Amino acid sequence: MAKLPVQFRLNGSDRATFVDPASNLLDTLRRGLGDFGPKYGCGQGTCGVCTVLVDGEPQLACLTLAVSCEGRQIETTSGMADGPNLHPLQGAFMDHFAAQCGFCTPGMLTAARALLAKNPQPSRDEVVEAISGNICRCTGYEPIIAAILAAANAPGARRA
Amino acid sequence: MARHEGRGMASVNYPIGMNLGGDPSQALIHSNPDGKFTVALSAIDLGQGMKQVSRQIAAETLGVPVEDVYVDTADSDTGPHDMGSFASRGTHRMGNAIIVAAREARGVLLEAAAEELEVNAADLVTDGRGNIHVRGAPSRSITVKATAQAAQFKQGKTIAGRGIFLIPLSAVDAETGEMNPNTAFAHACLVADVSVDDETGEVEVLRMTSAYELGRVINPRMVEQQLVGGAWMGISHALYETPEPYYPNPEHGPRDFNEYLMPGPGDIAPYHVTVLERPAPDGPFGGKGPGEMCANPVLPAVANAVYNAVGVRVDELPITPEKILRGIKANGGVKPGPRRGGPVNWR
Repeated sequence: MAKLPVQFRLNGSDRATFVDPASNLLDTLRRGLGDFGPKYGCGQGTCGVCTVLVDGEPQLACLTLAVSCEGRQIETTSGMADGPNLHPLQGAFMDHFAAQCGFCTPGMLTAARALLAKNPQPSRDEVVEAISGNICRCTGYEPIIAAILAAANAPGARRA
Repeated sequence: MARHEGRGMASVNYPIGMNLGGDPSQALIHSNPDGKFTVALSAIDLGQGMKQVSRQIAAETLGVPVEDVYVDTADSDTGPHDMGSFASRGTHRMGNAIIVAAREARGVLLEAAAEELEVNAADLVTDGRGNIHVRGAPSRSITVKATAQAAQFKQGKTIAGRGIFLIPLSAVDAETGEMNPNTAFAHACLVADVSVDDETGEVEVLRMTSAYELGRVINPRMVEQQLVGGAWMGISHALYETPEPYYPNPEHGPRDFNEYLMPGPGDIAPYHVTVLERPAPDGPFGGKGPGEMCANPVLPAVANAVYNAVGVRVDELPITPEKILRGIKANGGVKPGPRRGGPVNWR
């Protein structure tokens, strides 16, 4: 089948590539554009590791058609740090030991980033809700919740 | 219809490592010309902290800053032989091997420094900040970096060390059947408080409280991370996860994360852990390791708590609502166990 051109802004840079009409955004980012921030987990929208921001909204890249991203702003964890300066969420994840194997981390960071952009002072329940589509096998979630609350400078950042 | 609260407890004596054919680990350490050290291992770090703990143990033994140690793991083509990262053996077995290797490397390091300073190596000490000096005379000093370069480019010496730690195969006594495969045990006790809904059979873990005795805690934050994450996995094994509910019949087995259930961030319970340190005589700096036992006691504690709450003894995992409801029906109703003590008061 003929490939289609698609252009979007990826982490602030204009990118263009050719994709199959049925290509998903995850495959296009990883294999087409070499952005390995979003991970391939389940491929069916149940694990959250491929979460990216499309025009600021968290979306599962494995379920998003690449051609539907024409002209949009895509943000991944690859663009979170400002040179050597980590994003506050990345720093908080380190400080709170919120990553072990690290496979869920890009999805968690992206879900948290979308939350804090809309709601800079979320409650614990709002944080839980925001990451409820992301599966973590190692941490038991508590350090991740604590890190997001700390990044938001919210009271009660760390539960006993 | 009502919700019934129950409390269950479990304790665990957990053997560090296993020994079915002898249990060796090896480590190789060498200095680079910049005075930094590389530790080569075949042990794997999959997030549990093997690299960091190895780095701390190597730096402490070598007498150099922890930043100056790089740990290269998980390539069995280039690393020395290791049995692997399993059975909670990493810190204990590999840590011991690293200490042996680091002692040898430190010996060569001090010999090289002694040659440069024209003193006896036995009189030299390290300050842990990258310097070597004569004991009692800090001004008679040389940096680790300068020593490494002198060894490399002037003296023609390799600052390196080899280490192995072996628990030999423990043979079975033909008369008694006894064997002694383990050298160190870690210990824990865990209390789980649950609430069971007698209409839906659903179990909610309300809180957990535990005490873990792990020998010397080499990295407290990583130990906490292991224990908290492992307890979640314990809840998951106790109440959610099952590959094949009618094992060995694969029918109705889960095929994806919609069907293979695990507790999400909204299902976690407040968890309070107390870590006790009783250094193990044969552990690296007394360390044993948390490893698998983070999850182990959660399962029996939750099963006991369910029994205490509604009188249903479930002896096959996971403890599903279906099994609880069938149990309540078979018992002719909810039969709560005795209540002992009040709420655990740690908040």
